Amino acid sequence: MRDENAAKPNLRVLWRPLAFIAVLLLLWEIEIRRQSSHLLPGPWGVVGGIADLARHGLLLKYVVASLFRVTWGFILAVVLAIPLGLAIGWYRRAEMALNPILQILRPISPLAWIPIAILWFGVGDLAAIFLIFVGCFFPLMLTAINAVQSIPAVYVNAARNFGLGSTSLVYRVLYPAVVPNLIVGLRITLGIAWLVVVAAEMIAVSSGLGFLIVDARNAGNRYDLVVAGMLIIGIIGLLLDAGMQSLEKVKSFRWGYSED
Amino acid sequence: MSQTQGIGAPIALKTKLHVDHVSEVFERDGKRTEVLNNIDLEVGDGEFVCLLGPSGCGKSTLLNAMGGFLSPTSGEIKVDGEVVRKPDPRRIFVFQERGVFPWLTVEGNIGFGLSKLPRAEREQRIAHYVKMVGLEGFEKTYPQELSGGMKQRVEVARALAVNPDMLLLDEPFGALDSITRLIMRGELLRIWEAERKTIIFVTHDIDEAVQLADRVVVMSARPATIQQIVNIDIAHPRDISSPRYLELRDGIFQQIGIAHKL
Amino acid sequence: MNALSQPGKLERLFLPILATALLLAFWYYAVRWSGTKVFPSPLEVEKGLAELLRHHVLWKDIVDSLRRVAIGFGIAVVIGVPLGLTLGWYPAANQVVNPVMQILRPISPIAWIPVAIIFFGVGNNAAAFLIFLGAFFPVVVACIHGVANVPAVYRRAGRNFGLTPPQLLAKVLFPAALPQILVGLRIALGIAWLVVVAAEMIAVDSGLGFLVIDSRNSGKRYDLVVAAILLIGVIGLVLDVAFRRLEKLGSVRWGFRLES
Repeated sequence: MRDENAAKPNLRVLWRPLAFIAVLLLLWEIEIRRQSSHLLPGPWGVVGGIADLARHGLLLKYVVASLFRVTWGFILAVVLAIPLGLAIGWYRRAEMALNPILQILRPISPLAWIPIAILWFGVGDLAAIFLIFVGCFFPLMLTAINAVQSIPAVYVNAARNFGLGSTSLVYRVLYPAVVPNLIVGLRITLGIAWLVVVAAEMIAVSSGLGFLIVDARNAGNRYDLVVAGMLIIGIIGLLLDAGMQSLEKVKSFRWGYSED
Repeated sequence: MSQTQGIGAPIALKTKLHVDHVSEVFERDGKRTEVLNNIDLEVGDGEFVCLLGPSGCGKSTLLNAMGGFLSPTSGEIKVDGEVVRKPDPRRIFVFQERGVFPWLTVEGNIGFGLSKLPRAEREQRIAHYVKMVGLEGFEKTYPQELSGGMKQRVEVARALAVNPDMLLLDEPFGALDSITRLIMRGELLRIWEAERKTIIFVTHDIDEAVQLADRVVVMSARPATIQQIVNIDIAHPRDISSPRYLELRDGIFQQIGIAHKL
Repeated sequence: MNALSQPGKLERLFLPILATALLLAFWYYAVRWSGTKVFPSPLEVEKGLAELLRHHVLWKDIVDSLRRVAIGFGIAVVIGVPLGLTLGWYPAANQVVNPVMQILRPISPIAWIPVAIIFFGVGNNAAAFLIFLGAFFPVVVACIHGVANVPAVYRRAGRNFGLTPPQLLAKVLFPAALPQILVGLRIALGIAWLVVVAAEMIAVDSGLGFLVIDSRNSGKRYDLVVAAILLIGVIGLVLDVAFRRLEKLGSVRWGFRLES
């Protein structure tokens, strides 16, 4: 039998999943049509919902609001958690000391911090950004700690052997060595941030895609807008992830993967 | 002067494996790579044959084709007159020790192919082969606790336990240190002499080939052809300092085009 | 790895205690100095915790949360593992289904709440559904990767010994992939724990998440809020550690080195 990995022509690769999606959409539409009093929209209804949002200018407004919060919360977390995490990972005693605290804080859903967020920041953008920050901070810190700890000792020893001082060690060995791991961690955490912002907006603010979902339902059972919102959330989340993946593929970051 | 041989099996032996005008061409992303070029070979029943050549020359490809993991682009391979189409327990591959299943004990691994047997017979067979490869006492051990050489023995025992017609070994000792390698070669010969299976052994180590094989098939670099088949007419146990050994060995060195003085 | 001396056993115990004590002290004094009337100090949290325990409400909430996780996670495993194994085994099938999964995956389970309520009404089932959604994708992805990463030698050895495809899946691929699958299950369990807390803040009226929101809403009892938050963290950690123990059973036997 032929080697299992014979390459398929590109066209084939594309049409099968599309066909699958088309079938799912068809089943969905049929199911909705069958139950005429169903609250949920069919695919066509969702498209109409998206058009509706676009017409009222809400689509862009909400998307921008959500992205804005994600960006700020994520960047703040990156700027604080990564250097801290790298330092903690480097000094084993620091990691030993702080690990229990981190392990207890990590499993706490960012949303559980809502009352505190509202207490400190009131209802609004800052609270949402804070929640995203909290949701990203611990995963990023743990990623950074892990990245430092997985640097093969040989690299450090070789660097020392060549007489590198501390600063050079950090710039010429540590940083390049951790970047591949960090980038993967960034991508995963961005995905988390996107999940958190939507949830946060359902509770604590009055704009954004999460809010759209809650509001559309509360103010008139507009489930077409609800599902439209969900779809947009999915698509943007996917785009964010794809964007980060292309960053991973950038040649200058790829040295971590040569061991495939 | 080395004695070259035709492609045929030694007259005394019945033909077990027949490689008939086999070529293998790989196509990947539109690029055609010719890996094997018109290979003809006959292997006798119970013979120990080595495929020798530099890394990447296609000898592993040939071995895979013999095992039924690849089909030749042209030509065919027959075992006992039957065309080889797919993997079969009658032709067991032995990989480097990473082929041992880490979730099974030594016993579990050796008994892997024996699930169709009644329990008593199965246990008997396992015990027999544990003893044969010298791993008594390690039956309930997991592979992670074994050395490389020991894992290799497990794999050989596992292969033998199903009583295959042929063993196909793909550089099995490559990951072992050279001392263990020497020991393992001796063990393999001992087992072969006890059970007389047909063995086809791929290696890039000239000494290994001359120490082990009845015939050494010297293959060229890709696209591989058979450069020469050398008949090693020294009886076992072979003295690696004997003049005949050195003569045959140096002949192969020359054939491959490598100086044997560094 | 850079510490010139190896930390001893005593330090292993002492350092975390020291760090935690410092943190608590910092918290206590921060509350004192800022003169806040609302945010609790560690002592107040402790008292709040005792109060919760005394009133017996706490156990019910913990059990409710755990039960929802058990159901949602359990169903995710029962459906997700076979699906993931199949998709990993047949890359063609994976190609077809993958795009749909990639769009659904970035949608926070919380965003599904209106849809969940339509399907299941308000209550435990809706919450379990959300948890299922949260755990499902990590489980499936872990199984796909687990199967895909099984070294080719094992597959070939299995075929060599004459195993049929179903036998191959059961006797070779599944045991070989199990360590990676277990890691994925552990991560999914962690996610399930995050989702249940979030879900309880919105869609049901019992459980630890509900306790967090309720303590604030009915009386601004921030001491109970923080107590509940810490409990969430501790229980999440316990779940994680318990699962790691499970993994260790397998890894000692099989000699796989699992990542933390």
